[in-house]
Amino acid sequence: MRIFGHRPSWPAMIGLLIIAVFLIAAIAAPLLAPFPEADVVGDAWADADATYWMGLDNLGRDIFSRLLYGARMSIGLSLVITILSFTIGIITGFTAAIAKGWVDTLLSRLVDLILSMPTLIFAFVVLSVLGTDLPVLIVTLALLDSVKVFRLARALAMNIGALEYVEVAKVRGEGLWWIITREILPNAMAPLIAEFGLRFTFAFLFVAALSFLGLGVQPPAADWGSMVRDYRDVIALDLPAPLYPAGAIALLTIGVNFVVDWMLSIHARGFGERA
Amino acid sequence: MIRLTVLRLFLGLATLWAASVMIFAGTELLPGDLATAILQNSATPENVAELRKELGLDRPPLVRYAEWLGRAVQGNLGVSLSNQRDVVEELAPRLRNTLFLAALATLVAVPLAIGLGLLAAINQGSFFDRAVNLVTLLTISIPDYLVGYLLVKYFAVRLDWFPVLANVTPETPMGDRLWLTFLPTMTLVLVIVAHMMRMTRASVLSIMSSPYIEMAFLKGLSKTRVVIRHAFPNALAPIISVVALNLAYLVVGVVVVESVFVYPGLGQLMVDAVSKHDLPLVQACGLIFAGAFIVLNMIADIVGILSNPRLRNPR
Repeated sequence: MRIFGHRPSWPAMIGLLIIAVFLIAAIAAPLLAPFPEADVVGDAWADADATYWMGLDNLGRDIFSRLLYGARMSIGLSLVITILSFTIGIITGFTAAIAKGWVDTLLSRLVDLILSMPTLIFAFVVLSVLGTDLPVLIVTLALLDSVKVFRLARALAMNIGALEYVEVAKVRGEGLWWIITREILPNAMAPLIAEFGLRFTFAFLFVAALSFLGLGVQPPAADWGSMVRDYRDVIALDLPAPLYPAGAIALLTIGVNFVVDWMLSIHARGFGERA
Repeated sequence: MIRLTVLRLFLGLATLWAASVMIFAGTELLPGDLATAILQNSATPENVAELRKELGLDRPPLVRYAEWLGRAVQGNLGVSLSNQRDVVEELAPRLRNTLFLAALATLVAVPLAIGLGLLAAINQGSFFDRAVNLVTLLTISIPDYLVGYLLVKYFAVRLDWFPVLANVTPETPMGDRLWLTFLPTMTLVLVIVAHMMRMTRASVLSIMSSPYIEMAFLKGLSKTRVVIRHAFPNALAPIISVVALNLAYLVVGVVVVESVFVYPGLGQLMVDAVSKHDLPLVQACGLIFAGAFIVLNMIADIVGILSNPRLRNPR
């Protein structure tokens, strides 16, 4: 198997495998889950056996089925946040790099300011006023995250924009849109994809942490973070319940990090130098 | 060099001020209305208008910001909305607890990280190096609460060496306090050691390729001596700045860890305040967390400036 003309390293293969399994679990949750997500199928905290692979939870629901459905919420939400933050970050970053002057200065200083505060505290302040509805959560996290995409996108556009072929396109009389979509974007693709992986794990861990603190996804909806929160008390009874969702979070993060590490290592020659 | 340092100090102060503006603007100017948020279901237009007047929300935001900042500088952070207590009184014991936990974690993590980083650098490529590398890579990817619950499962439940919850009170004697906070401290240590250790190793190794290190080797010195006497002092600046940056991370990581162990710290207080829409409390906690983060970042930069000999002589 080759991706971008390179054979993935061993850890990257494992990472891709983990990502594929989790994506399938998320997409096909209704087909794969042995029980519906909200159905009470037995006694609370029943032990794991051949029917209930991970046991039952505080209300007697099947933990394995809930984990599969939780994958949809956790992965779906993080993907939406990442895509939104990329759209905002790339548009503003490219604009800053091309417009230069006061637009660039203004956007860059604003970004420095937001980066000078801890993201979690910033999110707390916003959520304390707007509440924790899903749209609020998505837009807040996407905006906070887009700041880091902005930095990369701006740097890439600056570097690539100074290369000869962009000069040639300008001299040829191509418009701004052509230069961005046909000259800069294709050459910025590789680092941007690696950044997408990094930003995804950031959003994923961030949503999970917020849900764990009770400030993210609210019941009856459940993601992995809120499942850890729901099951946390039984850790004192030596039941493994909270470790399953927490382990799922860790496993997916490790998988994505493996792939990102490998992608960064192939493109270590520097941004925009790929032939 | 002094000019640069003073400049950075001013920049830090300006950032602190900007953070206060953002915290205030965040809680006061966002579309969600505080009065509506407090009343929630019982929010009729008349109720909301009355509450807005009571809270002083009907006055212009700039005036309220100036008042708020003026009071905050004098140490008056207002009154909590949910229980009408003075915010400073509410904060003080929580802040002490959080600082205690953070200080303890720092005390253990910094020497451990630097020691492990040096050992890994000295034995580069050895089994020890690779093992430490793998373990730290894993702890970086694992969320704090999983580390916390794994420690609880094995050290508190299975072995019963430590308590599951770290519920300290102001009356708890020092010995008990250390015992109660052992697992939260270990969780924080595991989370931050990984990053600090990797950076220590990387900084020492990058210096190991310089000519004066080769010279030291050619003189016939042992590897341990070269690393400790020649490479480490020169790697100190990046290491100190990594330590400060990680301590800034600690400020935030502490929020999750406090929640895992139900530790009565500032992070728990802020999470409660956020879910109760208790804005004065959120603002106060936000200011403290942001302030600590900004100051630690500033220290990291200033240490970087001071320890760079190339900046010592003004051009």
